[in-house]
Amino acid sequence: MGERIENHIILDCKPAGQKIQITVDGKKIPAYDGEPILSALLAAGIKINRYTVKRHEPRGLFCGIGQCTDCAMVVDGIPNVRTCITPAHDGMVVETQDGLSKEVRHDS
Amino acid sequence: MIHKDVLVIGAGPSGLSAAIEAGKAGADTLLVDLNLKAGGQLFKQIHKFFGSSAHHSGTRGYEIGSLLLKQARDAGVEIWLQSTVIGIFPGGKVGIERGLDNGEKDLVTLKAKTIIIATGASENAIRFKGWTTPGVMGAGAAQTMVNVNHVRPGENIVMIGSGNVGLIVSYQLMQAGCNVVALLEAAPKVGGYSVHAAKIRRAGVPIYTSRTIIEALAGEDGSVCGCVTAAVDDHFQPVPGTEETLKCDVITLATGMKPTMDLVKLAGCALKFHGPLGGYVPIHDERLETSVKGVFVAGDSTGVEEANTALDEGKIAGISAAEELGYISHEDADAMRSEIWSRLDSLRLGPFGERRMKEKKAMMEEYSETVKVPAAFQ
Repeated sequence: MGERIENHIILDCKPAGQKIQITVDGKKIPAYDGEPILSALLAAGIKINRYTVKRHEPRGLFCGIGQCTDCAMVVDGIPNVRTCITPAHDGMVVETQDGLSKEVRHDS
Repeated sequence: MIHKDVLVIGAGPSGLSAAIEAGKAGADTLLVDLNLKAGGQLFKQIHKFFGSSAHHSGTRGYEIGSLLLKQARDAGVEIWLQSTVIGIFPGGKVGIERGLDNGEKDLVTLKAKTIIIATGASENAIRFKGWTTPGVMGAGAAQTMVNVNHVRPGENIVMIGSGNVGLIVSYQLMQAGCNVVALLEAAPKVGGYSVHAAKIRRAGVPIYTSRTIIEALAGEDGSVCGCVTAAVDDHFQPVPGTEETLKCDVITLATGMKPTMDLVKLAGCALKFHGPLGGYVPIHDERLETSVKGVFVAGDSTGVEEANTALDEGKIAGISAAEELGYISHEDADAMRSEIWSRLDSLRLGPFGERRMKEKKAMMEEYSETVKVPAAFQ
């Protein structure tokens, strides 16, 4: 399981943002404001981000720089959000994506 | 419509240095990058760079990144982040999905007199049974997690590939507190520099040569719980009966990189296959201009090399774009370029560099034969 790095021989690993909470598949996990959503997931030991369309196979972090889309999840109702390059904000609702998923718009 | 003298696509080492040179020369320069932050992969390079003082030797990659960002601001370069170029059309028209401060996106069309494409490279994957299992990732992805996001992708790592990326990232994963279980290399000997290999050997990491991964094993939760390795013969085929199982939760692939070619293809640049440079590359001349007038390239997108060669190629492209628009005289530009080229030649020494230097020279010859109008017709 992944963990946050607190002491590093070269890097200063102080979190850049405020401590916040996001909800992942109904469970609240801690995160830091502005960090990639994926970082908070890894720190919480969550490695599967989505399941493929045809064969329903799990996928997770692969490129880490927004190129491969394997870490795509449903974020605040919007599917196909690349969690490795999307900043986390307090109260964000993140769901494991099943296939292509569907966009749920809450028009007010 | 927005008009720009120079549009630089990609804010890594080559794009940043191109934008700095063009901006310094007085060109109205826009630098566009799809990431949250400029600097490309420099901010994940926590080791000290090699080369001469002109190449920031002894300075860590992320410090060079900060330095370049400051220089770009001082040179008056405008930077759009979280902005993706989605189309390059004839006449220098470019479509950009521009990231706005409020997180929304806006579609923008602009016209650029010159374009510098510095889109870098992407990691190669190798395929084996289970290679899509969560926990199998690019070595660069693991490096981004520990060095940029400060989170470990897992505890026990098996690294595939012993080029410099495999060696350096193994060491950096250990600096981050991960356990590197083993490093596998299909070739009979270590690919990268001995100085890097020795560092991880001293730390107790076994390096297995002539051995590769044949399967990633998934645990009950669906993510990696181990891998099966096998010795390979002279034709890189697994030898039956030599299988061994290693326990790990992360498998990192350091199996080479290839230039990111989407935009040079869109721009219609002539391409040529150059294996030592990572595959198909846009051919260019000594000014780094492609077969399309006014479109320049720099850095890994025209041949996978090092960050310091990318920095120098970026400078050349920036100078050439400014020269094209009359901000630098031909004489001055020639003098500036020849100084950088001689520096590049000295960088491209050693077994890896020399091969790439020859390949680059061959490519520029191809360019003069196939693209340039013969002098007699000019």
